[in-house]
Amino acid sequence: MNLHVAADAPQGFLSPTGVEIAFVLVGLVTLGAAIITVTTRQLVHAALWLVVALGGLAVEYLLLTAEFIAWVQVLIYVGSVVVLLLFGLMLTRAPIGRSPDADSGNRPAALAVALAAAAALVWVVVDAFRTQWIKLDKPQGTTDVTGSVLFRHWVLPFEALSVLLLAALVGAIVLSRKSKDEPGGNGRQNRNGRPTPKAPRAQSDPKAQSAQTSQSGQTSQSGQTSQSGQTSQSGQTSQSDQADQTERTR
Amino acid sequence: MNDALDVALRLLVVFVVFLTLPLVIGQTEHKVMAHMQGRLGPMYAGGFHGWAQLVADGVKFAQKEDIVPADADRRVFQLAPAVALLPYLLVLLAIPIGPGEGAVGEVIDAGIFFVLAVMGVGVLGSLMAGWASANKFSLLGGLRTAAQLLAYELPMLLAAASVAMAAGTVSLPGIVAAFEWWWLPWQIVGAIVFFVAGLAELQRPPFDMPVADSEIIFGAYTEYTGLRFALFLLAEYAGIVVLCGLTTVLFLGGWHGPWGADGLGWVWTLLKTAVLAFIVIWLRVTYPRLREDQLQKLSWVLLVPLALAQIALTGIVKVAIN
Repeated sequence: MNLHVAADAPQGFLSPTGVEIAFVLVGLVTLGAAIITVTTRQLVHAALWLVVALGGLAVEYLLLTAEFIAWVQVLIYVGSVVVLLLFGLMLTRAPIGRSPDADSGNRPAALAVALAAAAALVWVVVDAFRTQWIKLDKPQGTTDVTGSVLFRHWVLPFEALSVLLLAALVGAIVLSRKSKDEPGGNGRQNRNGRPTPKAPRAQSDPKAQSAQTSQSGQTSQSGQTSQSGQTSQSGQTSQSDQADQTERTR
Repeated sequence: MNDALDVALRLLVVFVVFLTLPLVIGQTEHKVMAHMQGRLGPMYAGGFHGWAQLVADGVKFAQKEDIVPADADRRVFQLAPAVALLPYLLVLLAIPIGPGEGAVGEVIDAGIFFVLAVMGVGVLGSLMAGWASANKFSLLGGLRTAAQLLAYELPMLLAAASVAMAAGTVSLPGIVAAFEWWWLPWQIVGAIVFFVAGLAELQRPPFDMPVADSEIIFGAYTEYTGLRFALFLLAEYAGIVVLCGLTTVLFLGGWHGPWGADGLGWVWTLLKTAVLAFIVIWLRVTYPRLREDQLQKLSWVLLVPLALAQIALTGIVKVAIN
């Protein structure tokens, strides 16, 4: 590997460098934000504290000179996952102030699982690296290094992960098509290839659809359409869902 | 010491650019829109062509009372404009305007990732504003913003990935340095996808559903007054600068030009950016607003497949010329 590891040079913990102090401080901030995320009673605040925690992690990556991973962390987690989370919250319920029902009786169990997971991770990392010391004088995690390590040494796990993601995508499509219980739910018929009699009519007059200016209609319309487009990524599904929506709002 | 001075100077220059260019674009928008639509507009402030109207607007914004609605979530409400504006300042740091290391605020190894990641964060500001305002129109605006971002982030990333593949690097100065003139026809589809998706992320017309004034007043920014409102407007114009600059750097060759690329490279960059900014304004006065479902459809049915096709084309050509 390209990592420049000097295992035999002993390093003391009593004279930390500036980067190490910064690393610990940012780590504390991240930990604090993470704890607030799971303890706050305000739903949206929890999501926003999650941004702080994930951003703190990105800064930690930066301090370890893993620049590429840091930006990907921001791009995926802060830019997409949290936005999706906030979108979901706003679409369902996001009251300003405390949500008394935002608590769970599973607290002790969750705490136990979290502690067990943390202990396992720490143990694995400590056991794997022991007293190895990586010098950060020159960047160790540049895009170049990350790319070549990922696509030379770890190609197989990488491909396996992408297959896993593909399976998740397919699963999302299957889930978003199950609408047999709802009135006018024609997702199943469309899947079997049979055209639905209602859909063409609903599709053919978009003006009637846009003429509904009532706020509730507009809201559910926008939410529904974007959601289906988001999860399924197929024009056919969002069309049929949209037709359902049009039927329902009439 | 010299290094520290150098860094400070660069930061200062970027900050000044960040404060002036968006205002220049704002003023241009006023005047271009007025000419295109045959409207007179404010013509008196300052004398010639009403040039000082922007200054007057600034003074007006600064004087207005800063109101936080009674039911709003105070801290999130007040924090939102900063979250919306600051990412664009950070992005501006990474955009090279000329050849060499001297013409970029900070050389970032994974520049393209940095830029796209940080631009995505700016949308959190709109979401926070929309939620914290305790106003259903604001909330609807926030929802639409989120839906729009989720839909258009993907084609933007894919288009940028195509250029990175072509150049063989993800560093912005590296991409400009590798640019050849024939990339223009080669990457044209990617360029259009990137630009359109960027417009949608900035919520500029025709993608301004989140702030559609005839439906939801002003979306997430409905409850804002005074300076905080001005900050949101500034974020929009800073976003135009960033988007046009990025499109220039990624797809139009940045400081490359038919002549004078050595000394006057930065002029080419600014010129291309200005032309793109003009197109942004032009689109605003030309096209009607897209409906929400049309907006989503455009992204998932048209832009994403086009971006994927562009990536395939880039890969094929790249393999062929090697």
